[in-house]
Amino acid sequence: MSGTSQHRAIGMMSSDSIPLLAQAHAYDIQSVRFRYQSNESPASRWILDNISFHVQEGEVLGVVGPNGSGKTSLLKVLARLMTPQQGYISLFGQDLSAKAQREVACVVGVVPQDSQMLFPFTVAESVLMGRFPHQSRNRWIGGFGWESRDDLAIAEQAMMTMDIVHLAHRSVTDLSGGERQRTVIARALAQTPKVLLLDEPTAFLDLQHQVEICSVLRRLRDEGGLTVVLVSHDLNLVSQYCDRILLLDRGQIVRLGGPGEVIEPEVLESVYRCRVLVDRHPSSGLPRITLPGRPLQSSH
Amino acid sequence: MMVHVIRENFLKQLSTTVEPGSCTEILSHEPGRMVSQGSILTNSRWMAILGVLSLTAIAVGLICLHFGAQPIAYGEVLRVLGDMASDRDRTEGTSDIARTILLQVRLPRILLGFLVGCSLASVGVALQALLRNPLADPYVLGVSSGAALGTAVGILFGVGTTFLAETALPACGFVGGLVALAVIYRMATTYGQLPIHSLLLTGVILNAIFSALIMFITSILDPNRSYGMMAWLMGTLTAPTYGSLVGLMIYLSIGLFLLFSQMRVLNILALGEESARTLGIDTEQAKRSLFVLSALVTGAVVSVSGMIGFIGMVVPHAVRLVIGADHRLLLPASALVGGTFLMGADTVARTLIAPTEIPVGIITALAGGPFFVYILLWRKDRLA
Repeated sequence: MSGTSQHRAIGMMSSDSIPLLAQAHAYDIQSVRFRYQSNESPASRWILDNISFHVQEGEVLGVVGPNGSGKTSLLKVLARLMTPQQGYISLFGQDLSAKAQREVACVVGVVPQDSQMLFPFTVAESVLMGRFPHQSRNRWIGGFGWESRDDLAIAEQAMMTMDIVHLAHRSVTDLSGGERQRTVIARALAQTPKVLLLDEPTAFLDLQHQVEICSVLRRLRDEGGLTVVLVSHDLNLVSQYCDRILLLDRGQIVRLGGPGEVIEPEVLESVYRCRVLVDRHPSSGLPRITLPGRPLQSSH
Repeated sequence: MMVHVIRENFLKQLSTTVEPGSCTEILSHEPGRMVSQGSILTNSRWMAILGVLSLTAIAVGLICLHFGAQPIAYGEVLRVLGDMASDRDRTEGTSDIARTILLQVRLPRILLGFLVGCSLASVGVALQALLRNPLADPYVLGVSSGAALGTAVGILFGVGTTFLAETALPACGFVGGLVALAVIYRMATTYGQLPIHSLLLTGVILNAIFSALIMFITSILDPNRSYGMMAWLMGTLTAPTYGSLVGLMIYLSIGLFLLFSQMRVLNILALGEESARTLGIDTEQAKRSLFVLSALVTGAVVSVSGMIGFIGMVVPHAVRLVIGADHRLLLPASALVGGTFLMGADTVARTLIAPTEIPVGIITALAGGPFFVYILLWRKDRLA
C-alpha cells in the first residue's frame, strides 16, 4: 500500500459527505505490522502488514474485508489488547503503547465480537461495570467501593440509549443474542469513551436493532463527537452508515475513502473474488451491493 | 478535569439520544431508578444479607456447641460463654466439665471449622471467577492435594516437631498449592479460559500425581505417624490450642483481606479476560496475584485440616444462584455460608456415631459429590 494513494483517499474525503471541524486525529497508525507469535511457528505471516492510516476525530469508520483479512486484529491492536511488533500508534496524539490499560479504558470503549456471559450478573450490574476504569484506583480498598450517583446516572443513560432499561433486573445469562449485544454496547458507552471500537456489533441483531444501533452510533457521533470504528461483514450497512470505509485484504489496506470510492464492483470483486452488483440506494443514493444470485430462469 | 468535561459532555449527549416514541419514553427518568428495582447491589441489601448470614452463623455455632458426644444445655452454653466473655469465674448452673468441654474442645474446634470453611469458600469464589468456570474448586483442581503434599513433605522432614510448626507447615502447604496453581495458570493462559473438560482433566492429573507422592511419603513414615497423616489427609478438624488458632487467624486474615480487596476486580475478570482488559485491568498481574493469594489461603487451611473437599465449589455456586453474581456480596456471603456449613458438617462428623468421629472431609464429599454430578449432568447450561 503506497502512502500516496492513502493521502489521495483522505484528501478526497473532505469533499465528501461530512464537514470535519479540523482534521484532528483520534488515531494515527504508522507502518504497523502485527503477527501472532508462537513457539511452534516463530515466523508466521503478518496479520497486519505495514498498515498506515488515520482515524479522524468524530468520524464513523467502517472496516471491511474478507475473512482473515485482519479486521479483528486491527481492532484489537487499536484497543491495545495486542501490541504490534513494528510501527507506531498514537491515540489523540499520545503514544498508545506508553499508556496504562486503565488510561486507555477511560478513552476507548470496546465491544468485542463474542461476549460470553457465564455468571448471572444483572443487566444493570453489567452496564455499571463500564464505570470501573473511572472508579477508585486504590488497590487495597478499591474492592469494597460502591458506585457513585454519577456512575449510576451515566450507566442509566447508557441503558436508555441502548433501550435496555426494562431489562435492568434480568440476568445476562438469560438474554437473547440481541439483548446481550445491546447490554455490551451499553457497558462500553458507560465508559464515557471518546472512541468506540465495535467488532461485528450487528451480527446477532434483527433488522430493527441493526438500524437502531447504527443510528444511535451516528447520533452519538453528531452530538457528542464520538469517534466510531466499526468492523463488519455487512457491506451494505457499512456503506449506509459509515463516513469512510477501510477495505482490508490479507493484512493490507486496499482502499480507504468514502463509500462511493470503496464500494466499487471492480475493487470488491478483486478482493472478495466473487461477482457483486453495485447500484444506488433508492433513498440515500449511497452505493448498495447485491449478490449476483441465480441466473434468471427463461420464461416458459 | 479533562475527564470531568468529557463526562459532562457525554452525559449531555447521552440524554439527548433518547428518541421520543421509543419504549424508553414511557419510563420517566428519575435517577436511582435501577437501585429501587433491586437490579444492582446496594449498600442496604449488602448489609441486610450479610447481617442475616452472620446471625445465622452465630446461631448455628451455638447449636454446634450444644451437640456433641454429650449434649450440653443451651442455657449452660450461654452462661459459660458469658463467663468467658466477661472473664468471670464459674457462675451458678455450670459445671467444670461442661466448661472444659465447651471452652477447650468444642469452641476452638468450631471456630477452626468456621475459619476453614470461610477460607475454602472464598478461594472457590476467586478461582471460579479467575478460570471463568463455575465448577472450579481448590479440591477438584488439585490445589488442595498440592498443598497436602507440601505439608506432608514438611512433616517428613520434621517441620511439624519444631517450635515453628505453626508458621512453617502452612508455608509448606502454600508452596505445594502454588506448584499446583502454576500448572493451572499455565493451562488457563494457553487456552484463554479453562473449559470444563480441561479443568477436570487438569485436576485429575494433578490429584493423581500428588496423591501418589503423598502415598509414598506415608508409606515411608513410621506406622504411628502415618496413621495420623492418613486421618489428617481425609480432612479432619481437631481442637487446636488458642495460640495456634490465633496464629492461623492472623495468617488467614491477611490472605482473605487481600482476596477481599479484589472483589471488584473479580467482577470484571468474570466477564472474560479480553473484556477485563478493555475495562482497564492488567489481567496478567491481577491473575497472578489472585492465584498466589489462593495458594496462600489454601496452603494454610490444608496444613491444619487436610483435604476438605467441595466446599469451595458447592457453596459459591449455591450462593450465586440465590443472591446473584456481584462479588462484593458473593465473596463475603460465600465465606459466611462456607464457614457455617463446615461448622455444621463437623458437628455431624463429631456426633453421628459418637464417640467415634468421622473425618469431616467424608461428610463434605458425600454432600458435595452428588451436587457436582447433578450440575455436570443436568445443569450443563451453567458450564462454559
